[in-house]
Parts: sequence; structure tokens; C-alpha cells
Amino acid sequence: MKTLINNQALLTIIDRLADQLLIAYPDVSTTVLVGIQQGGVVVSNLLYQALQKKSKGAIVEHGQLDITFYRDDVRHKILAPDTMHLPFSIEGKTVILVDDVLFTGRTIKAALDALFDYGRPDRVKLCVLVDRPEHRQFPIQADHKGQVIKAQRNDKLKLRVNEQGQAELLLLSE
Amino acid sequence: MQLSTKHLLGIKNLSSQDISLILSTAEQFKEVLQRPVKKVPSLREVTIVNLFYENSTRTRISFELAEKRLSADTINFAASSSSAAKGETLLDTVNNILSMKVDMVVMRHSASGAPHFLAEHIPAAIINAGDGINEHPTQALLDAFSIQEKTGSLVGRKVAIIGDIMHSRVAQSNIYLLKKMGAEVVVCGPPTLIPKHIASALGVSVSYNIKETLAWCDVANVLRIQLERQNQVLFSSLREYSIAYGINRQLLDSLHKEIVIMHPGPINRGVELDSDVADSKQSIILQQVENGVAVRMAVLYLLSGRTAQA
Repeated sequence: MKTLINNQALLTIIDRLADQLLIAYPDVSTTVLVGIQQGGVVVSNLLYQALQKKSKGAIVEHGQLDITFYRDDVRHKILAPDTMHLPFSIEGKTVILVDDVLFTGRTIKAALDALFDYGRPDRVKLCVLVDRPEHRQFPIQADHKGQVIKAQRNDKLKLRVNEQGQAELLLLSE
Repeated sequence: MQLSTKHLLGIKNLSSQDISLILSTAEQFKEVLQRPVKKVPSLREVTIVNLFYENSTRTRISFELAEKRLSADTINFAASSSSAAKGETLLDTVNNILSMKVDMVVMRHSASGAPHFLAEHIPAAIINAGDGINEHPTQALLDAFSIQEKTGSLVGRKVAIIGDIMHSRVAQSNIYLLKKMGAEVVVCGPPTLIPKHIASALGVSVSYNIKETLAWCDVANVLRIQLERQNQVLFSSLREYSIAYGINRQLLDSLHKEIVIMHPGPINRGVELDSDVADSKQSIILQQVENGVAVRMAVLYLLSGRTAQA
């Protein structure tokens, strides 16, 4: 187990992503943040805090999406679901999907399926902390990415929140 | 996390972890049912047959809705309009259905143990939707879910089960479940409708006094008096039962506390429950029905994985 991005570096990346988002989507009232369970929710909560500070109190709506019931391998491995929480309408909004690591693209495909059961957004953008572009299995790319990381196919990258509540990105090798 | 069982035959052989997993999964499905699109694709490639050898409205519709909201394909089978009426055996009927590639079987049967028998002989996952006077596991799960939702927790909760305990699969499943999850249970009814050794066999207390029972409990689960068993002369008349064990507004007001009223349906209004009690704010009868779909979705979802390997 190795730390790839420590908490301080991670917060710097979040800060930069928040700046990018504010420039790309200046109207926060029509933009919503949706984190994908579980790592994406951690990233989206951090992004939300950064956006709140930078946008001087304008409220950015944010929620969390669980894709358990939408996975394409759902019946090979039955997993207990996480919490879904989208307490607002996404109809006509710009939805920024947030995840920790973009890898095969399957999670994002499932997240898009799940999202459209809540309504018809105007557009959906993808923002990830880390991109692993060389192992993609679907034609899905991130609109905003914090860092590109090269790793072996079997390597697992995992966002972990330690006892002090600090998020860091770990490499779990086989 | 997975269930420890391949079938849901009864609460008796579930662990408390199994029950917690079903209830927490049901919470997520309840959220699904509040969305604009009340449907998830999880069981898209699964075919489920609903085999009902006994009449049912709520349970059958609830299972069918749960299956459709998981995107499963469903077939409905009612014994009265099928070859079973021509004398085909249960096993033959089911094997014929399974040869058409069915993955899961939801079954209600008037014979206790019928789903257990099927589970030994066929490869599909079986869900018991009520067997004779044995068990009705999904009813107990949805009752527990509703109690938890209304009162916060099952641990230490005082639950009274009132009515025909002797012939009730709902009572038996509820008792198993509530005991496993740490609730206290009292059964109450006329002595002729309460099995003699239930206290030692299932670890519940027995009361023959409705007023004392209601004063003790937080939740009263009132069972249906099964009119079809009236030829057995277990009490002299419905009117007498209603006077001795029926729950009315006056009785509830005399308690000076608000208890939760539940009923698995169908209600005999004016027998075990008066209308103004059944329709009052204290009653969560319609929430039970609503929660039934979410709980059955959780059961079907959690059992669907095993059939992929079978």
C-alpha cells in the first residue's frame, strides 16, 4: 500500500478543480454537484466546500448517487446498496458528476443510467480527481480532471478517509 | 455482504445479520419508489413466476410490483385456473414451468412446508409468500421495517400480537423475527386461539386480557380473524370476539398513551378493529402495504445473485 496523493496535495487539486468549475459554469444556480458513492461523494463534498468559499455564499446544490442497482455485473456479485440522496430536481440543470477515479468508464455509464431516472438534465459533465486513461473500456472522458495517473491494469486506486477525517489516495497493488 | 441462504423459506432459518441486510436494502428501494422513474434495471435478465395456490390480493400485487420495478419478467399462475385443477402434482407443475427457463419462484400454498419441499427438488431460488399455518416471511419483514420506520428501532420495542395466533403464519414469522432482533413480544387472544406451549417454544409472553396488553405495548399488530375457520367453533360468535378482543376508540383512549396500530390485512372492520381505529393517525396499515413493495424488492434483489451461478 502506497500513498499516491496525500491530503495536502489532494486539497490543492480540489482547489484547482473548483476554480475550473467556477469559470466553466459561472451560474451556480443552474449547476448541481452529484458525487458517486463512495469515493466520489468524498470528492464532491470537498469540492462543494471549496465552491462555497469561492462563490461567496451562493448555494451550490449537491447530492449523492449510488449505482449499485445499475451495475452491469449486478448479478455476478450482489452488493449492499449505499445511500442515494438527490433532494432537488435535476430537470434542465447542468449536472456535474463527480468521482474519485475514472478507470474503465463502467461506473460512469451506470451513473448516467441512474441519473436519468431522476429527470432530464440540460447537460451532464464529468469531473474526476484522478484519470487512468489507458484502461478505458467505454467511450467516456472526463471534462475536468485533477491528475492523470499511470498504473498497472490490476492496481487498485482507492480514496480513503483516515481517522483524522483527511482524504488521501492510496495504491493497492496485487 | 450476502444473505446466508439461497431461498427465503421462513424467518426461522435467517440470522439477525440477514434480517438487518434485508431491512437496510429495503430502505434504499423505498427511495427508488419515490423517484420520477420508480424502476431500476437490476433484475433485467431474471424471470420470476408467481405461483399462487391460495387466494391473495395484497401479497400477489405487491410481489408483482416489486418484480416489475426491478425490471424482471414475471409470469402469474393461479392454481384455480391451471392444470393443477386437473390433478397435476406440485412438483410436475413447477418443473414444467422451470423448463421454460424461470429463475425464481414466489410461492403461496395452503400446505405448510410446500416451499421447503420445492427447495429440495428444484434449482431455482424460492421465496415463500405464505405456506399454510407455518410462515409468511415477507410480511414479518415488512412489519419490522414499518415498526423501525415509525419508532426508530426494534431493540427493546414492546410488540403485542393480537388475535388468532394458532392459525396465523403472520404471527409465527413475526415472533421469530422480533425475538431475533431484540424486541419483546406478547401474544394476546382467546385461549382457544393461542397454542398451549407457545411461551416455552417461542419465548413470548401470553396474555388473555386485551386491555392489559395494550397498556403494556408500544405497537399492536392486530391479526385478522379467519372467517373461513369459523366452522371449528373456537369462539362462540364474531360479536363475542369483538366485545372481548376487538379494538375500538374508547379502549385506546383509556390507555392515556399513543400506541401504533398495525394489521396485515384484509381487515374485518368491526370485528378485530373498528373503522375509526383502522383509519386513524395511529394506524400505519397503509404504510405497511407501501413498505411491502420495497421489502420484497430487497428480498428479490438479494436472492437474485445466486441464480446467476446455478
